[in-house]
Amino acid sequence: MAEPIMSEIKKGHIHKLLSTGKRVDGRALDEYREIKIETNYIESAQGSARVRLGNTDVLVGVKMEVGKPFEDTPDRGVLTTNTELIPLASPTFEAGPPDAGAIELARVIDRGVRESEMIDLQKLCIKHGEEVWINFLDIYVLDYDGNLFDACFLGAIAALRTTIVPAKENDKGEDYPMPLRHLPIQTTVVKIENSILFDPTLDEEKVADARLTVTTDENGDLRAMQKGLTGAFTLDEVKQVIDASLRVSKDLRNLMV
Amino acid sequence: MPGDLLEGEKLKPGAGTYVSDGKIFAALLGIKSVKSNYVNIIPLSGRYIPAVGDSVIGKVEDIGPSNWLIEINSPYPAPLHVNEVPWRVEFGDTARYMNVGDVILAKVLMVDETMRVQVTMKDQGLRKLQGGQIIEVSPSKVPRVIGKSGSMIQMIKGYTNCRIFVGQNGRIWLDGEVDSIMHAIKAIQMIEQDAHSHGLTEKVKAYLEQVSGQSAPRTE
Amino acid sequence: MSGMTTDIDLIDDNGIRIDGRKVDELRPLKIEAGVLKRADGSAYVEWGKNKVLAAVYGPRECHPRHMQNPAKAIVQCKYNMLSFSVSDRKRPGPDRRSIEISKIISEALEYVVFTENYPRASIDVYIEVLQANAGTRCAGLTAASVALADAGIPMKDLVPAVAIGKADGQIVLDLNKEEDNYGNADLPIAMIPRTGEVLLMQMDGHMTMEEFDQALEYGKKACQMVYDVQKDALRRRYTVQGGNGDVDDEQSQNNNSEA
Repeated sequence: MAEPIMSEIKKGHIHKLLSTGKRVDGRALDEYREIKIETNYIESAQGSARVRLGNTDVLVGVKMEVGKPFEDTPDRGVLTTNTELIPLASPTFEAGPPDAGAIELARVIDRGVRESEMIDLQKLCIKHGEEVWINFLDIYVLDYDGNLFDACFLGAIAALRTTIVPAKENDKGEDYPMPLRHLPIQTTVVKIENSILFDPTLDEEKVADARLTVTTDENGDLRAMQKGLTGAFTLDEVKQVIDASLRVSKDLRNLMV
Repeated sequence: MPGDLLEGEKLKPGAGTYVSDGKIFAALLGIKSVKSNYVNIIPLSGRYIPAVGDSVIGKVEDIGPSNWLIEINSPYPAPLHVNEVPWRVEFGDTARYMNVGDVILAKVLMVDETMRVQVTMKDQGLRKLQGGQIIEVSPSKVPRVIGKSGSMIQMIKGYTNCRIFVGQNGRIWLDGEVDSIMHAIKAIQMIEQDAHSHGLTEKVKAYLEQVSGQSAPRTE
Repeated sequence: MSGMTTDIDLIDDNGIRIDGRKVDELRPLKIEAGVLKRADGSAYVEWGKNKVLAAVYGPRECHPRHMQNPAKAIVQCKYNMLSFSVSDRKRPGPDRRSIEISKIISEALEYVVFTENYPRASIDVYIEVLQANAGTRCAGLTAASVALADAGIPMKDLVPAVAIGKADGQIVLDLNKEEDNYGNADLPIAMIPRTGEVLLMQMDGHMTMEEFDQALEYGKKACQMVYDVQKDALRRRYTVQGGNGDVDDEQSQNNNSEA
C-alpha cells in the first residue's frame, strides 16, 4: 500500500494552508467530502452498497450462507469481514492476498460492526450449536482517494441495513430483514503538525503524522477506536477528537435513515 | 477514434494514425487535424511520453553516488547525471544538493530507441523549485492550458499575480499568495475540464475577473 | 457447458426466450467511459444483468523487470470476479478459470495495441466483474478495449465481443445465465468488424458445421452492434462539455517564460 513519495512542494503547501486553518480543497477541518450512497446495487448479494466519498469509491456486498457456529458461541451467527484493495483502484495496489494495510482496515471495520452490537447475532441462530447464518461482509475498493476507513464503514452499515436473510432458498422459512439493534457511525481524523482534520484525502493522508478512528453508537457511547501511523496524540487531543466525532457523526447517521 | 477511416485527397499519415491496405486509420481517441497534407490525431488523453527538448517538472525519486533518478510522470524514469546540473558535485555527494522528494525544472536531454531517457538542468531557467504548489493535469491538455502563443497562461498569471510554470509532462508549478494560487488552480481545472469547448477563454476570464476584482490582467 | 438438464423450456413455441428476447437479439447493453478517477482509462459495462468495470494503468514501468521486453510493451490483463458477483460466494483471489480468461483477453488486446511505441513498458488492464450473469469474459473484453482507448493508448481498433450458443437445439445470440447453464453449446468470440479478424474464440458443447456457420453469422452482426455502443460511449465521454471536437488547430508553444 506504499504510495509514491510526496513532493516537498505539495507537502509544504498542505502545511502552509493548514497553518491558517485551510485545506487544499477548501473544506473546513471537520467537513466531509460529498457522500453518495447507492444501496441494493448487486442483485447476487443479499445486501450491498456502493459508496462514493469524494473520489473514493467502494463497493460492499453481504453474502449469507448456512453453516456451523463457533464452539464458544453456539447460539450466534458468524460475521466475517474482508477487504480487497484491488489493483483497479490505485496504481499502488497489487494483486494478491491482502497486505497488512488491508487487514488492519478489515479488522477496524469488523470491530466497529461487531462491538457496537449492530447485528443481533443471536437472531441469526437457526439451530443451537448446529446451524447458524454466516455473514460474509466483503468490501472492495474501486477508486482510492483517501479515507478508506470511513468510506468502507459507511458502505458496510448501508449494505447490512438492506440485507435480506435468504431463508427461503435455504429451506429455513420465510426471508426476513437482517436483525439489527444499533446504528454505529465511524469517523476518522488525521493529525498533520498541529492540525486535526476529518475525512483526509489521499494527499493529506500521505503527509499525516497520526490517524484516529472513532466509532460511536446512537446513544453517544464509544464502541471502537483505532490509532494509526507513527505520530502521537495527546490525551486532550483524543478527547477533542471524540467530541468532534460525536458532533460530525450526527450528520453521517442522518444519511442512513 | 481508433479504427476510424481518415478519408481525404492526397492525405499522408501523420502522428496518431496507421496505414492498413493503403488506407489511413486513426490509432488514437482524439481530434483530427490536417497540416500540409499530413493527417494527425491530436490525443484527448494519455500518459506523457518524453521527447528531446521538452521542459518538464520532475521529482527526485532516488539518489545514486553520481546521479539522481527523476520521476517525470512518464512510463520511463529519467536519470540526471552530476555533469548535467549547474553545480560541481563530488562523487558520492549528491544528497547534499538534492534529496528524495525535491522538485526540479528540467529539460529532456536524450531519448533513445528503447526509450532510455536522460534529463538535464544545464539550461537557462532550469533549477530546483521551492515553495508554491504543484498540480497535475492530463499531458494532452497542456497546449490548452498554455493557449495560443501562451495567451491563456499569461492571462492567468496577469489576474492572479502568480508565478506559473507548465511542464510538458502535465505538471504545473505555481507560486504566489495562498489565495491567488487557489484561484489559479481553479482556473486551470476549468480549462482541463472544458478543454475543447467554445468560449473557454471568456469563461476563464470571467472567473478570474470575479475572484481577483480586476477588470483586466496586470501586465508586466 | 455444464451439461445440466432441466425441464424449463428455454425457447417457447414462438421462438421467444425466457427473458423475452428473440434468438438473434442482444440483451440491453450500456457502456460508460472514464468512470474512475485514479486509473489512466476506465469503462463500465452493464450488459443484461452483468456489471463489469475495467481500468487501464499505463504504459508504466514494467515490474518485475525480467518481464520487460526491450522492443515493445507487454499487455497484462487480470480478470477477477468479486466474491458476491455470483450466487454462491466465490473466495477472493484468482482461480484457474480467471487465470485462463486473463490470458486470452491479454492476448486479444495485445493484437490491437501498438505495443512497439512503448518499449520495456507494461500496459495493465484490470477487469472486475461486479455482478455476473453469463458472458462476463465478453463484457470484460468489451469494457477493456474502451478503457484502453480512454487511456489514450494507440491501437488499431476497438474489440467488441459476444457469446453465441445453443439452447433447446437452436442457435441463440448472447446467452443468459439459464441458457448458459442448461444450453447445449457456448461460443464466445471477439472480432474487429471492419477486418473480420477474430481475436478471441472459445467453444464448448456440441454444434454441427451448419450451426457453427449460423452462430458466426449472428456473432458478426452482434459484434458490429457492440462496436457501435463502444464508440458511442467514447464519443459521449469527450463531448459532454459541449465542443463537437471541431476545434481550431492550436499548437503547443513551449511558452514557459515566467512572469
